[in-house]
Amino acid sequence: MVTLTIDGKTVEAREGMTILGAAKGAGIKIPTLCWMKKLNDIGACRVCVVDVEGEHRMPAACNTPVADGMVVHTNTPAVVRARQANLKMILSEHRSECTSCERVDTCALRKLCSDMAIERLSFEAVSPKGAWDESFPLVRDSSKCIKCMRCVAECAKVQHCSVWDITGSGPHMKVTVKDGDSIRDAGCALCGQCITHCPTGALTARRDIDVVMDALSDPDVVTVVQVAPAVRAAWGEGVGLSREAATPGRMASALRSLGFDRVFDTDFAADLTIMEEGSEFVEFMGSDKQRPMFTSCCPGWVRFVKQHYPQFVGRLSSAKSPHQMLGAVVKNTMREEAEAAGKRLFVVSVMPCVAKKYECDVPQLATEAGRDVDAVLTVREFDNMLRMFHVDCDALDEGEFDNPLGLSTGAGTIFGRTGGVMEAALRSAVFLITGENPDFSACDTTAATPDKPWVTKELEVAGTPVRIAVASGLGNTAKLLDAIEAGEVDLDFVEIMACPGGCVGGGGQPIAFNEERAAERAMNLNSLDKADTLRYSHENPDVQKLYEEWVGEPLSHVAHEWLHTDQEAWDL
Amino acid sequence: MGRLPVFTPTKADEQARAIAEAAINRVSVYGNSTCPLEAAVGYFKLCASQSCGKCTPCRIGLARLTDSLESILRGENVEGIVDQVITVCDTLHKTADCAIGFQAGRVGLAFADLIKADAESHLSKGICVQPFTAVPCVDECPSHVDIPAYIACLKEGRPADAVRVIRNDNPFPSACAFVCEHPCERSCRRGMIDAPVNIRAMKQHAVLSAGEVGVPGKAEPTGKRVAIIGGGPSGLTAAYYLALMGHDITVYEQNDHLGGMMYYGIPRYRLPKENLQYDIDAILSLGIDVKLGVKVGVGVQWEELVGGYDAVYVAIGAHHFKDLGIEYATKDGVMSAVQFLHRVADGRPDAVEGKDVVVVGGGNVAMDATRTAKRLGARSVRCIYRRRIEDMTALPEEVEAAIAEGCEMVELVSPLRIDKGTEHEIAFVGQPQMPSFYRGGRPAPVATSVEEVTYECDMLIEAIGQVIEYEYFAEKGVEQNRGRFLSDEHGRSKGFENVFVGGDCQTGPSTVIRAIAAGKAVAANIDEYLGFDHDVFDDVRVPRAGFDSKLACGRVNIKERPAQERARDFDGVEIPLLDEEAAQECGRCLRCDHFGMGAMRGGRPERW
Repeated sequence: MVTLTIDGKTVEAREGMTILGAAKGAGIKIPTLCWMKKLNDIGACRVCVVDVEGEHRMPAACNTPVADGMVVHTNTPAVVRARQANLKMILSEHRSECTSCERVDTCALRKLCSDMAIERLSFEAVSPKGAWDESFPLVRDSSKCIKCMRCVAECAKVQHCSVWDITGSGPHMKVTVKDGDSIRDAGCALCGQCITHCPTGALTARRDIDVVMDALSDPDVVTVVQVAPAVRAAWGEGVGLSREAATPGRMASALRSLGFDRVFDTDFAADLTIMEEGSEFVEFMGSDKQRPMFTSCCPGWVRFVKQHYPQFVGRLSSAKSPHQMLGAVVKNTMREEAEAAGKRLFVVSVMPCVAKKYECDVPQLATEAGRDVDAVLTVREFDNMLRMFHVDCDALDEGEFDNPLGLSTGAGTIFGRTGGVMEAALRSAVFLITGENPDFSACDTTAATPDKPWVTKELEVAGTPVRIAVASGLGNTAKLLDAIEAGEVDLDFVEIMACPGGCVGGGGQPIAFNEERAAERAMNLNSLDKADTLRYSHENPDVQKLYEEWVGEPLSHVAHEWLHTDQEAWDL
Repeated sequence: MGRLPVFTPTKADEQARAIAEAAINRVSVYGNSTCPLEAAVGYFKLCASQSCGKCTPCRIGLARLTDSLESILRGENVEGIVDQVITVCDTLHKTADCAIGFQAGRVGLAFADLIKADAESHLSKGICVQPFTAVPCVDECPSHVDIPAYIACLKEGRPADAVRVIRNDNPFPSACAFVCEHPCERSCRRGMIDAPVNIRAMKQHAVLSAGEVGVPGKAEPTGKRVAIIGGGPSGLTAAYYLALMGHDITVYEQNDHLGGMMYYGIPRYRLPKENLQYDIDAILSLGIDVKLGVKVGVGVQWEELVGGYDAVYVAIGAHHFKDLGIEYATKDGVMSAVQFLHRVADGRPDAVEGKDVVVVGGGNVAMDATRTAKRLGARSVRCIYRRRIEDMTALPEEVEAAIAEGCEMVELVSPLRIDKGTEHEIAFVGQPQMPSFYRGGRPAPVATSVEEVTYECDMLIEAIGQVIEYEYFAEKGVEQNRGRFLSDEHGRSKGFENVFVGGDCQTGPSTVIRAIAAGKAVAANIDEYLGFDHDVFDDVRVPRAGFDSKLACGRVNIKERPAQERARDFDGVEIPLLDEEAAQECGRCLRCDHFGMGAMRGGRPERW
């Protein structure tokens, strides 16, 4: 331990700790911009500089270790002026079009400049908008990039894709797609983590609000909206609702107030997914197919495995992701009625996800009734629409989803967090094999966290051991796949979510600078599950009805037509 | 009142001079990680800052050049812009009034291909051809030794860990502590403030204060056998790493002692025997089978090696010599420097006592022969070179040391013939020269009208370059070009699947550290060829970099024993740094592994 003085306070700190860490421990706040804990302590932005007595220059607090007897001042006028000067320099290379920037409310640069009272710039800002293929779900505007390199670190260190790199030097050093490739060829999983970790509006998801508005304003269109499990845990953040106030019922009302004709719940399709994937797994366990089987409901994972570990693609479950299933069911079951009324169906998915903007466009997913989903909005876009329509969310009544595609179980709800799909699948797979519902604790996967590469669990089902693993985050996923390939782990069934923590930490979720909210949102989903009267997917009466009236049974011919796919064939 | 003021520099003059000095300091540090276009912009802007503005191409051309290059760097693809850059260089070169402009154009044209290629990359893909390098000294070291890490360990009082860090990329920490040409120092960022860190002295201090340092544990035996031909720096480096990887290694060395040129070429006073032995002992502690006195083609046949081992590394160095290619009236007392130094190393030196010696050549080997002859008691030693002293390829400090020890440098005399002398056995007859236009980066010597000169001597040592004894290997199918073995970029010989070549026999005579670097790369590539991916890194905790204001501080140099004293013996000439000198010098390291781009990739070089 070393003892130092920060702003007059005597502070004890571990050897090797940074000034930033020591100050934080002592309740002293130092502003940062490029710094990400353990991921990006590169001292690039020079916003966290502090004064150290006896030194002629100012070190960056984020990567300067403390020393015994060090006397640090974090908030002298000289320090504040130095930070202001650096912010002004950053602004001279940042295209500040805040009023029309979608990150205006969540931009860390704007917030910091406002806090630091940056009133006039020392240099004239120059930065033309950079060229980009704006039809791609991930959009980059290089003119807003402040070279903090957070995206580079997040993509390489957390998500194992290394899509972003830096090139050039000096005043022309810049962030680019690695090797100057097109983003379409760069191995991007579309997890969107670079977006949620970008401090400015340089990285965003393609906005599809206009397409949805067109559908909403077309009298010949029946608009159907569905909302993913993880959305209910986070949508309130973007409209100023507390977790308690942002209930699923209020969310249903909010969707209805935007003018959608039908408001369905992707949770219903999560239950349906369990019926299909669970049955597939039961069949798989009885086969001699190469182990393990992998879940397939995360399109970020599908894109990742197709591009980075193609040797595993054949082991994916053939089940479509829940929102595609729901879209297929809507299109196939409601088409006749709509067409009879001279209308056509338009399915919108509200998702915590960027990859689903890609997935809904994959031509191989379409059925006889056309594409499953017509547009995907992120939670950020959904919240934006609510603000656009000036919906007073606080004042909304507790609403209901429309039925029959609105009723769901707690098992469907936990799809939104890491381990949830596996847990829901186990609850039903055990039933499918033994005819008896297992204990919830036997299937529990809440130990899964992105802080560990993966967690495993072994269950005894009708005398057969079932070995499962859960991983979230693509860096963790890569480690697990490497271990499987090296024969270090033997598994039967593996759940992968591309985003750390699962969809609750999704790239389409509301953004809070330097806050990882996945765990907190997951707790929200867990309590909804616990409070639910139905907690086994196979007990969802409307799912049962769907099988009776339309699909027959899991893995039937109709199920294959509507609810399954061959990911190998997907266009990237 | 007066007609002519006495010259007194104005304050403005002094300031301009100070800025120029700062610029010289700045550009003296190799910055090999910068983008070529960025470097060109910097160069042309510097040129423009010197331009008077009178003539059109210099005033306007230099400005347009930098504008165009910067616009390319911004990715603005204006039709024909790259050709236009080259055209402006051409116009500057051909039409500018004075050197400020025409030399700028000439330099631009000399690098036209690089500028074009980089501009093309920036415009078409938005990326630079030159990837950034994080830590300049590590990048400049051919073997990429983690220099900031070992300096930090040494600073923390852990010299043994410093040695372990060095051995991760170079198993000759001790030999290199004495004789490395330290290209790393050329790029040391400290040079921007005062002078480069004395990196070699840090290595020396680490090795001398660490004492014996054990080598890491070997990997499980692989059952693969590798033959290494040549026990010099390159061969032994490969042997060390391949043995660590668990392969079974046999080294074939034609001489009776390991070390190659480090033993037989470099004199003891530069590399004391025990300091070389320190590294050889560590390498051999891995259990390497060494066959001394076995020459391939005599004691063992090529086919036995290629057929009997899973892989073969040919690292035979360049131990053969060239003669002057002139007429010799006598060959008595005439020898090559390689033979002369070899016999000294073997402990059976030629009788030099009281003789007058002439050494011909201007490289490091010439200096070694010159200084060795002096130590053997020569009455006089003259080193004759056909170019100027500043054109010698020997390190300037070697030339200075030879002069200080009482040897004479005779510059600008080209050998004509060897006659029989009148007072001595040999008469070296040469033609005085003058420097002329540049050829191959150095001014070519041309004969002056002065009559030929004669230097009589008892012994003539020729040090005009070494060659490779390639003939036997060439006959066996190892491809070569002008006596140098050919290989692909991974050191694989052209002609055989399992044969690798490297070191001096592949590059031509070069430095110890380049030979080591080749041995390291070949070890990695042989391991891969044999179907493995061993990681032989010895993990050492690297102290975290702290902050200080980096105020200018004088570089501590390694001192040498007084010239008159050292010239009488073969003891090491260097006086290692004192502890307090080493401590201060360690503190001068700027920790580029932490500050600057170093932080981006964690600061450590890639594990190989």
